[in-house]
Amino acid sequence: MKILVGIKRVVDYNVRIRVKPDGSGVVTDGVKMSMNPFDEIAVEEALQIKERGECDEIIVISIGAKQSQEQLRTALAMGADRGVHVLVDQQIEPLTASKAILSVAQSEGADLILLGKQAIDDDNNQTAQMVAALWDRPQATFASELAFADGKVTAVREVDAGLEVIEVDLPAVVSVDLRLNEPRYVKLPDMMKAKKKTIDVKSLEDLGVTASAGVTSLGVRAPEGRQAGIKVETVEELVKELQARGLVND
Amino acid sequence: MSDRDVIEFDVLIVGAGPAGLATAIRLKQLNEALNVCVIEKASTVGAQILSGAVMEPEPFDELLPGWRDNPPPILQPVVKDEFSFLTEKSRYWMPNPPQMNNHGNFIISLGATCAWLAEQAEEAGVEIYPGFAAAEPLFDETGEQVIGVRIGDMGIDKAGNPKDGFMQGVDITAQMTVLAEGCRGSVSKALIAKFGLDADCDPQTYGIGMKELWQVPEGRVKPGTVQHTLGWPLDRNTYGGSFLYQLDEDRVALGFVIGLDYQDPEFEPFEAFQQFKNHPSIKALLEGGTIISSGARAIVEGGIQSLPKLEMPGALLVGDAGGKLNVPKIKGTHMALRSGMMAAEHLDKALTHSGYDQLWRGSSSAEELHKVRNIRPGFQKGIWFGLVNAAVETVTMGKLPRTLSNHPDHEQLRKVSEPRLSPQYDASKRSLEPRDRLASVYFAATEHDEDQPVHLQVADTNICVTRCKEEYNNPCTRFCPANVYEMVEMDGETQLQINSANCVHCKTCDIKDPYQIITWTTPEGSAGPNYVNL
Repeated sequence: MKILVGIKRVVDYNVRIRVKPDGSGVVTDGVKMSMNPFDEIAVEEALQIKERGECDEIIVISIGAKQSQEQLRTALAMGADRGVHVLVDQQIEPLTASKAILSVAQSEGADLILLGKQAIDDDNNQTAQMVAALWDRPQATFASELAFADGKVTAVREVDAGLEVIEVDLPAVVSVDLRLNEPRYVKLPDMMKAKKKTIDVKSLEDLGVTASAGVTSLGVRAPEGRQAGIKVETVEELVKELQARGLVND
Repeated sequence: MSDRDVIEFDVLIVGAGPAGLATAIRLKQLNEALNVCVIEKASTVGAQILSGAVMEPEPFDELLPGWRDNPPPILQPVVKDEFSFLTEKSRYWMPNPPQMNNHGNFIISLGATCAWLAEQAEEAGVEIYPGFAAAEPLFDETGEQVIGVRIGDMGIDKAGNPKDGFMQGVDITAQMTVLAEGCRGSVSKALIAKFGLDADCDPQTYGIGMKELWQVPEGRVKPGTVQHTLGWPLDRNTYGGSFLYQLDEDRVALGFVIGLDYQDPEFEPFEAFQQFKNHPSIKALLEGGTIISSGARAIVEGGIQSLPKLEMPGALLVGDAGGKLNVPKIKGTHMALRSGMMAAEHLDKALTHSGYDQLWRGSSSAEELHKVRNIRPGFQKGIWFGLVNAAVETVTMGKLPRTLSNHPDHEQLRKVSEPRLSPQYDASKRSLEPRDRLASVYFAATEHDEDQPVHLQVADTNICVTRCKEEYNNPCTRFCPANVYEMVEMDGETQLQINSANCVHCKTCDIKDPYQIITWTTPEGSAGPNYVNL
């Protein structure tokens, strides 16, 4: 089995997000960037599948600016075999990302596309579903457990009502949830070896994909700051304050 | 343990700051064939670097000719220098001391500059590995020659047992190890002690620097304005002052530096900094703005008389790991870059430690420090003596046949029973954020996995509740800018609680603790603050 894992370079989860003064987006200048945590879980899962002898090759793909190669290198240091970097200089929409991922999956002959359930920057949660639809193959989203047998994958899905177990035929698209595994630490010697692994750089054009522009960003703004609270002495006073704000009926 | 992975390099550099990166770049320029590795405890280069900073550009001209066409991201030419003395309500302009003339210099973010410098180093073929902390030095079988460092283990729980993802740290060995950990580096400290490198010099002295980067409302900032103050809110026996550098894009970098030889155990450096920000002349600039990032770091202040020997078998000390900051200039970046380049030039001739100390002491950098050696120690006798002494030393250009001594900072604290000046700060009158140290730590974006051994080791916690409580009233609960140390009631007993996850790696506790029982060690690699453009 060949696995294609998608990874995205995002603002690190520890960083305090700041909106640009002109409201055109969030500040990324001088900000620590990392691999999307859900994608890290996807990479780890692929490695575990390979370590069980159920996979022959892991290819990681990232779509983004030149610096995305840092995250690809991290995935290679974790143990992925090689990388594909789709170099773009603008923000792309999930539909474009889906087409690019699918194009690479098809040319590589991947049997499984493993993706994070969503990226922590734009929180779209769309790419896995779109890839499956474009590919016309089954999808298993929000997976917290995976097992492979006889050309099928059994996935435990984290759904609102609890856990749902489904079985789908391969090739398929799987998006991973937080509880699937705990990604490993990267070893220094592996980091060095990763520098020697190949990363193919491609453009959207090479993949035959045209960037879609279906969404226009009207503006980005920070949530309103929390107002200072007040202290009340009695229940009557509390009711009065709530009434004054129209929060309870008179 | 013999199954530990070992990686070999020609030269290993510990710390990706200006000194370490300059060493690495110069080495590759001189000899492309050398295998040069830089390890860095922060998750990315620059994330744990904090400095004012105004930089003299000459060393960059020497290291990277043409750098002005490909500059670091924040590079604001200094347009104006202002120096003043503050009282609670007023500001008195003072002549700018000649050492602080910044004509031709640049306001930078040292963090952003080092990230940029790391790119130049990688292009030159240097291997840089952020996220790996040097836990301890390694020695050869004789125990007398440094042969590298051991990287800390990852994935150990609070009690010291390996967790699921446990990963043993590797040993990195090298023919020469260059320590570029910055002020009070933990490996450097161990080696200075082991080899007695400070046997023939004065004790090192330090300061604590706290810094915030602000985004202020449009139109207030005059880019390139450099301001320094002395005086309020410090008492006359405490050395220190503020810096305020106005950047482009409505950004202001400001901070406060305080000599760690302060005497009052009840003094809180963080409170002094916050009080300063609420001075009417400063508040007007910041009000309505937001903090982008904040943090703290100890700085070296001892000068040439406290400079340890910069070499030992198998290793060198560069930058502030040795202690080369020029206090009257309040600059160390140029010294760090130069000492790194000098180390590289020395190692290019032969991979030996021998001769580096002599080379550095014969250099213009040593002369620069020699000239100003008596200025900082003069302030041990209070600000007025210090200022007069500084004027005399400046006029005579350090030629007077005397060298004032330094004394260890941890011995300067008066006991709570002794007379001392103890300024009181009223936090309730302040309106600018952050309101306290915990709120400030939030802006440092510091992160430590809480399930790991406490990296701040206190040798004897009994002292905390007995002698220290009585003699000094637990100054650790106040000098730490990140509120790491707390005395808490547990089961009817008072005990020390160490909130190590808050630590911003400033090293103040390791320096100022009066009994010298606190040892700062490296936590898991990548842990610690994540500064943005500090």
